[in-house]
Amino acid sequence: MRKGQYRFVAGFLLVPVALYLIFVIWPYIQTFGYSLTDWKGQSQTFSFVGLDNYEALFRDDIFMGAIWHNILFLVFIPVITILLALFFAFMLNAGGRGRAGGVSGVAGSKFYRVVYFFPQVLSLAILAVLFRAVYRSDGGGMLNGALVKLGLVDADRPVEWLNEPDFVLWALIVVVVWHGVGFYLVLFSAAMQSIPKDIYEAALIDGASRGQSFFRITLPLLWDSVQTAWVYLGIAAMDMFILVSTMTSGEFGGGPDHHSEVMATVMMRNFLYYGKSGYACAMGVIMLLLTLILSVVMLRATRRERIEF
Amino acid sequence: MSAPLKETAPPPAGRTSAKAPAKAGERRGEGVTLNAFSHGFLALWALMIVLPLLWLVLSSFKTDAQIAGSAFGWPENWTFDVFSRAWEKGIGDYFLNTVVVLVFSVPLTMLFGSMAAYVLARYPFPGNRFLYYFFVAGAMFPVFLALVPLFFMVKRLDMLNTYQGLILVYVAYSMPFTVFFMHAFFRTLPTAVFEAAILDGASHTRTFFQVMLPMAKPGLISVGIFNTLGQWNQFILPTVLMQPQSGDDPERYVLTQGLIQLQQQQGYASDLPVLFAGVTIAMIPMLVVYLSFQRQVQAGLTSATLK
Repeated sequence: MRKGQYRFVAGFLLVPVALYLIFVIWPYIQTFGYSLTDWKGQSQTFSFVGLDNYEALFRDDIFMGAIWHNILFLVFIPVITILLALFFAFMLNAGGRGRAGGVSGVAGSKFYRVVYFFPQVLSLAILAVLFRAVYRSDGGGMLNGALVKLGLVDADRPVEWLNEPDFVLWALIVVVVWHGVGFYLVLFSAAMQSIPKDIYEAALIDGASRGQSFFRITLPLLWDSVQTAWVYLGIAAMDMFILVSTMTSGEFGGGPDHHSEVMATVMMRNFLYYGKSGYACAMGVIMLLLTLILSVVMLRATRRERIEF
Repeated sequence: MSAPLKETAPPPAGRTSAKAPAKAGERRGEGVTLNAFSHGFLALWALMIVLPLLWLVLSSFKTDAQIAGSAFGWPENWTFDVFSRAWEKGIGDYFLNTVVVLVFSVPLTMLFGSMAAYVLARYPFPGNRFLYYFFVAGAMFPVFLALVPLFFMVKRLDMLNTYQGLILVYVAYSMPFTVFFMHAFFRTLPTAVFEAAILDGASHTRTFFQVMLPMAKPGLISVGIFNTLGQWNQFILPTVLMQPQSGDDPERYVLTQGLIQLQQQQGYASDLPVLFAGVTIAMIPMLVVYLSFQRQVQAGLTSATLK
């Protein structure tokens, strides 16, 4: 490469790399260092405490409970979302009455695709306000209002969706699923549409039912997208900060009585509220480790032979 | 392509020509029930998406007493006062803060992101691969890992609760996806055009801005929409970086933060219609962007995940 080109390359890379280093990479690296200190964040004085923060984390019942809640989210959010999205995507693309024995999408599938995707462009803050109104614990809440109208719930004792330890996690899962299904539906739809139609037709001629053609043809050919969806939903389930911190009670959420706590809310509370910066950094490192383990495990567990077509 | 075909059920062994019509009739019946069945579920889910949103918008026309009383009352007086009240109660400021930040952060993201992606995609130099992975790796780590040091970094630069601080942070955190996406795009552009421009005496910089960047327009639009949506909806970064540092500081909350702030104030002074009106106001630009760029939004967000 000529000398002028080096100058050009360096010139173009200078600002992006500098910004990225200062605001992303360097903080990532610093976290590991700070997690070994008892830094309070108020001043630059802190001392090295080794692995004390990590040791304390394992004795912190709230954080351990939070990990447990994240794991629950990790199990249920991807499974429910992917199943619903697959179901709807298959309906949209192959649910129609095929003329001449073929397979076609239902009428109005464009409309459904537009509507289903809409929650995806709303911010999670809007979702939080919306679903707090839906889950209101009096007759004014959409859910309680409907249940009272149907006579399933006593108007004087409506359900406290977000304040009931047994319900709060499920209430949150519903929001995430409501938000995510449309996106994964579009993702799966795109993959389904790239499957050649003659495969289905061949299967139909061979006498396959729709169920069979779904499980034997669509699903195996979609496996790559399902795997991607799984990893992304898993990462989302490890986070959950916005919904938990804004919908549940307590400083940075987590209520009632820490029953909906996730790692991110415990971390933010320790950092911004208690000022325990070093301790919060240790939580950040644990979150990173769990996320990495999760990605590797999920990619391994869902690995299949890749099918080309 | 033979693998999945082999998996399909073989034709039933004892199938005779006499059985065939019955089989076809069965299938038609299956098609009809399935059609009704699928329409039912599809319509139900569509209702479950639309109804809560409509209900929320309608609620902004109600009074507090009406909201608390019954979930399904119809608003009695259709006045738009509540929207101007919401605007004055802070939504206007939050909205403007968000717009100010995005007006700078989105173009800067696009500019720096495509510059880095372009150089990495088309100029071989030692360390090219390393730099590319260095950029892309950032997408793998949870943002929580960086939050504490990031706060102190921005504080040391004296940029807490300032627009420029948040703008720079947004640009930096949008880098991984932008570089990744545009890198793939610049690779597909024909080399001949580039060579022709250089032969005609254009400098590398000029070739980039006047030839390559315009050719990458479809990619730029997708990434642009994605970054706009992502930065408009960002909540965690402003929560940490946009807090007034002392009582005299102005509130520079962005819209997402402001809505949550309004929601939390409801505990003290109840004015729910204002909150719902605020949400409606916040929803409208997103709805407009989405409906007008619906295809690109879906394509952009999907390709973001597919890689």
